Amino acid sequence: MAISDVQEYTHLTDEEIDQLGRELDAIRAEIEESRGDSDAAYINRLIRIQRYLAVAGRLTLLLGTRSRRTRLPAAVAGGTLLALHKILENMEIGHNVMHGQWDWMNDPEIHSSNWEWDTAQPAEQWKHSHNYVHHQFTNVLGYDNDIGYGILRMAREQKWSPFTLGQPVYNALLASLFQWGVALHDLDIERIRKGEKDAKEMKRQLRQIFRKGRNQVLKDYIVYPALSGRQWRTTIVANAAANLTRNLWAYVIIFCGHFPDGAMHFTEEEIEDETRAEWYLRQILGAANFKGGRLLHIMSGNLGFQIEHHLYPDLPSNRYAEISVKVRALCEKYDIPYTTGPLHKQYGQALRTIIKLSLPNGWTSSDQPEPPTSSRPRKRRSDSERPSRIQELGAWSRGRSKERQAS
Amino acid sequence: MSGTIPWERVRRAGSKLTTPLLPDDYLTLLNPLWSSRELRGRIERVERETDDAATLVIRPGWGWRYDHRPGQYVGIGVQVDGKFQWRSYSVSSAPRRSAMKSGGRTIAITVRAMPEGFISSHLVNGLEPGTIVRLALPEGDFVLPDPPPEKLLFLVAGSGVTPVMAILRTLDRRGSMPDVVLHYSSPTEERMLFREEVERLDEKYDELQVHKLYTDTDGMLELADLDDLCPDWRERETYACGPGPMLDAITEHFEAADLEDSLHLERFSLELGGDGGEAGVITFRNTGKTVETDGATTVLEAGEEAGIGMPFGCRMGICHTCTLTLVSGKVRDLRNGDEFDSPNEPVQTCITTAVGDCTLDI
Repeated sequence: MAISDVQEYTHLTDEEIDQLGRELDAIRAEIEESRGDSDAAYINRLIRIQRYLAVAGRLTLLLGTRSRRTRLPAAVAGGTLLALHKILENMEIGHNVMHGQWDWMNDPEIHSSNWEWDTAQPAEQWKHSHNYVHHQFTNVLGYDNDIGYGILRMAREQKWSPFTLGQPVYNALLASLFQWGVALHDLDIERIRKGEKDAKEMKRQLRQIFRKGRNQVLKDYIVYPALSGRQWRTTIVANAAANLTRNLWAYVIIFCGHFPDGAMHFTEEEIEDETRAEWYLRQILGAANFKGGRLLHIMSGNLGFQIEHHLYPDLPSNRYAEISVKVRALCEKYDIPYTTGPLHKQYGQALRTIIKLSLPNGWTSSDQPEPPTSSRPRKRRSDSERPSRIQELGAWSRGRSKERQAS
Repeated sequence: MSGTIPWERVRRAGSKLTTPLLPDDYLTLLNPLWSSRELRGRIERVERETDDAATLVIRPGWGWRYDHRPGQYVGIGVQVDGKFQWRSYSVSSAPRRSAMKSGGRTIAITVRAMPEGFISSHLVNGLEPGTIVRLALPEGDFVLPDPPPEKLLFLVAGSGVTPVMAILRTLDRRGSMPDVVLHYSSPTEERMLFREEVERLDEKYDELQVHKLYTDTDGMLELADLDDLCPDWRERETYACGPGPMLDAITEHFEAADLEDSLHLERFSLELGGDGGEAGVITFRNTGKTVETDGATTVLEAGEEAGIGMPFGCRMGICHTCTLTLVSGKVRDLRNGDEFDSPNEPVQTCITTAVGDCTLDI
């Protein structure tokens, strides 16, 4: 549901919102001031662990599957190690490095400008579709392409069509092929379909995706199986299982970020002349956290602190836990909803919304506290129609096409 | 051996296994020096020279070329409070004849802890053997020509002795000392770096004359006295290294004698020899922020003023950490006046200034 006036909803005056903005700025300043050795040690340790997991997984599959006795346990263990390596790399390392969370270290090997992550999507396109389009226009209908990723209807304001009935199936497909869904995300297929996409830019992006995807496929399904000799089949199955596990896990975590009940959608009226403090407010209202232990948070890239991540996308993820205590206190002080719950409950709500919204609005009830506004078609925006980037989101594009330079 | 195996091809083949990373990223798990992605080195020994100075013996990792020329400097990056900070220091060791000779695969830099120098004190007092540091390849024109000039004069003060030490050690190793006069100033005898080694060389070679001057008790070198100390200074190739004011005075003295061609200087601060730029507006593309500059401010400083998180390192054009892509417009290198104006050209922001309007990709 889109609320037409964020401020009214939260009963805050302009002065109170500005004050909230200043208090959130102060939290940022405090963390920036205290970044140091232990943070650097954290990310370096994690990168080391992730690379050891990769080596261990590949070696287990190469060597352990030779003898018939150890074949099955080796395949299971190797696949598990690889899945853990891919999850850690994508979630806690790649995603966060590309946000520029570790740029302050001045280490060219752990830097948003040149990090390439272990998944099919080229980093450059991710930084555009995620750091800029999603983080700046969080949950704004027509602006944020992450509301349903162009294939799912996740807001009652999005138009229903008979095609939407297949939503539970598309959802299952998206979950299992998540890495490829993400790879195509920045292409913005909806705009291609409508013929609004710059052809040169599209070709460049496709070439980039093809090159990256080819290397990823070669590695997991040709090179390592070939090295496994007669056990090539086992290696292919284990590698596919590792990729599938990573896909499902990443999908669940990401769907818990903005789709549980309580995470709101916004309309373009709300981002007109939006101040920095109002942007902060929209991030709090548009995101949902989930609860868990330290290990769960690391394996999910600290996205269980989705609210904190959206407020401070470029602060080191290992500090979100301590930031969350302060943000939560602020939310209580200003009487702002702070959406959180256990992982299974948050995902359950997202899944319920997917199923409910496959039907026309009249057939189901809304799980959101406010009545829905009327649904009207909203055209998706191109970069030239979006305001330019806020610096804290992390850099995004090195592209040279006209469409990108316009922003 | 390194000539017979096509390492680049091996590395490319290996990267099929490690994509999107490089084999180097995994090899560093075994040995932190086994990577040529970034030049790095391991601190082998920290040798105390005086109360406030130490020599760091560093073993460089893959990708290092052992071909520095005596007198050149290297960049060294150390992680302090989690952040890499870069400084540059003259290599004080002589280049080895053969890199493969055992024990020869190290370089040495000598660092004096400056009273307010956070990084220099960290290098002198805070580095344990085994620490991994980042390195930048040797650079600098303050080098001994080959063959060496017949008559040389070195005017050095304080830690300015380090590049000269590399030159003297090279001459000593070759066993052929030309006619050399070394004038070496230090506040006190205790603080004089390499004092014993200099004395030993002085004894060993008749061709080498050493004048030591302890400035706390005897005052600074008066250049007018040069005629007495070294009557034939006008006929010598002169190498001077030391604090800025001393180098300024020497430059003036040589210019007055119309001898600036035979004077070689090493300064450890940005020397703005080239022309400045022209006033203009710098645009930072990703944020759309702009800042007006006067043609004297570096692009780096202008960006920092505008509140952009500019990458930076040594701030003197050595380490290339600050390099950004110039999307359009023109910048000028403040050191030598070189201009860069090709679209999408990488430029070092710490030593360039805008010439009119320009746009940077950050």
